[in-house]
Amino acid sequence: MNYKQYFPVFQNRKDMVYLDSAASSLKPKKVSDAITDYYNFYSGNIERGVYPISFEATAIVEKVREKIALFINASKEEVIFTRGCTDSLNTVALSLKENLKKGDEIITTELEHHSSFLPWLKASEEKGAVIKFIPLTEEGKITVDNFKKVLSDKTKIVAISHVSNVMGYLTPVKEIIALSHIKGAIVSVDGAQAAPHMKIDVKDLDADFYSFSFHKMCGPTGLGVLYGKKELLNSMEPVELGGEMNDEVSKDNVTYKNIPYKFEAGTMPIAEIFGAGAAIDFLNEVGFGYIEKRDKELSGYAKKLLRSIPEIVIYNDYEESPIIAFNIKGIHSHDAVSFYSENNVCLRAGLHCAEPLHKWLNITASLRASFYFYNDESDVEKFIFVTKKAIAFFKEVGYLE
Amino acid sequence: MSDMNSIYRQVIMDHYKNPRNKGLKEEEGYVLCHLKNPSCGDMINVESKIQNGLVSDIRQDGQGCSICCASASIISETLKGKSVKDALNIIDNYLKMVSNEEYDKSIDLDELAVFEGIKDFPARVRCASIAAQALRKTLEKEEKNA
Repeated sequence: MNYKQYFPVFQNRKDMVYLDSAASSLKPKKVSDAITDYYNFYSGNIERGVYPISFEATAIVEKVREKIALFINASKEEVIFTRGCTDSLNTVALSLKENLKKGDEIITTELEHHSSFLPWLKASEEKGAVIKFIPLTEEGKITVDNFKKVLSDKTKIVAISHVSNVMGYLTPVKEIIALSHIKGAIVSVDGAQAAPHMKIDVKDLDADFYSFSFHKMCGPTGLGVLYGKKELLNSMEPVELGGEMNDEVSKDNVTYKNIPYKFEAGTMPIAEIFGAGAAIDFLNEVGFGYIEKRDKELSGYAKKLLRSIPEIVIYNDYEESPIIAFNIKGIHSHDAVSFYSENNVCLRAGLHCAEPLHKWLNITASLRASFYFYNDESDVEKFIFVTKKAIAFFKEVGYLE
Repeated sequence: MSDMNSIYRQVIMDHYKNPRNKGLKEEEGYVLCHLKNPSCGDMINVESKIQNGLVSDIRQDGQGCSICCASASIISETLKGKSVKDALNIIDNYLKMVSNEEYDKSIDLDELAVFEGIKDFPARVRCASIAAQALRKTLEKEEKNA
């Protein structure tokens, strides 16, 4: 199946090999159409107006919320719209930190994206809580056994990614959540890299909070979801205060609306919510069975070809994740990525917002190739061709011996 | 299309492989600036010493891509011995050149001119700028103290 035809960006950039979907996926026409539909046919505010463009747009927004709930197996009121996964993760930390006391422990990992780790680092500094890191295996993985080594009666929060944004490893979150709950700890899962690639079932995982962004899953930028268990969300204080999140306001008091609205202060990114609905429909049509199959085939093929190049070092050559973390030995990733870019291959270079992991790997920076279902075998072959060309170029200019 | 050969020139490779003035003195009279590019991991330390209005010594170390490291090396060599005023003027025009902004072409940028091609690689402007920005900070600090 050629899915590139659904993505307008390829009409203008036919030869582009896009291998940076872990940073942001491309967006299909369906999604941009849904966004412009809002501006062209509705354009009013939601939840407030008592005229057709408002209540019709409100109905669509609420329908998208239902769609998302179904998509992750949650109930509607547990789906909060945010401005992205970063916002979702910050909201959890900012609201829950008030319950932390001196000496309480927060478990996280060196694999985390900065947005999963930093809100808790700050919370721990403020409240005198202690951050514990799950020791990673030699391969850089999180295991249940190693999680048990840091889990204690003092553990109050576990902040963990479902899939690492550099290594692509799948964290055994279900087991970690079950063990955390025995200790009474709350688990906040960063699903930014998982939700685009696999069926998420928050009930099956028993996650307390699950966060993700739409722009990594064929949807619009500037919109994310915070899933939270009803009883937790009900007991939490909102982080942002403003319009439409309150029930009754007087000069000296305020009562809040029920969830999810309590956490949605101000005008929501309505057009983006329209786009998110189209993204969910699109992903459902493609199907996670197909997405997972293509992720494995494409990254497997790329790894197989990369392995045959002696100048390449792969940091996560263990499983069929859609992400490959690698370097050309002796070439700084930023030099390499410019060469790829000049040859129309889009990769990510640097720290990928995961500096602790790079310290753990003992490298200054890395290249990352990430695949999605719209990539194809010819993308892989061009990527390998350019890799070889890059090596030859850097030898020629005297960079590589 | 811009040409990779225009940035990976022999002079740049030479300075990357054989960096000049590498290693910090950490002695009295030296002013240090540490700058980092958080997205790519480039990290540069630049030290300068001023005597009688002249930049008498520049030391540098750090880690990063070839453009970042070579620019630190070339800057240290080019600006050593210049007056603080001239050094700041060269830095200012060098930064404009790599950013593809108007700059004073009558100013002799010496070996720093090899970075002219960077203007066609917007993603690399920061790499070529970070050492110059660090040195500028140390010189401005010294100027204030003087």
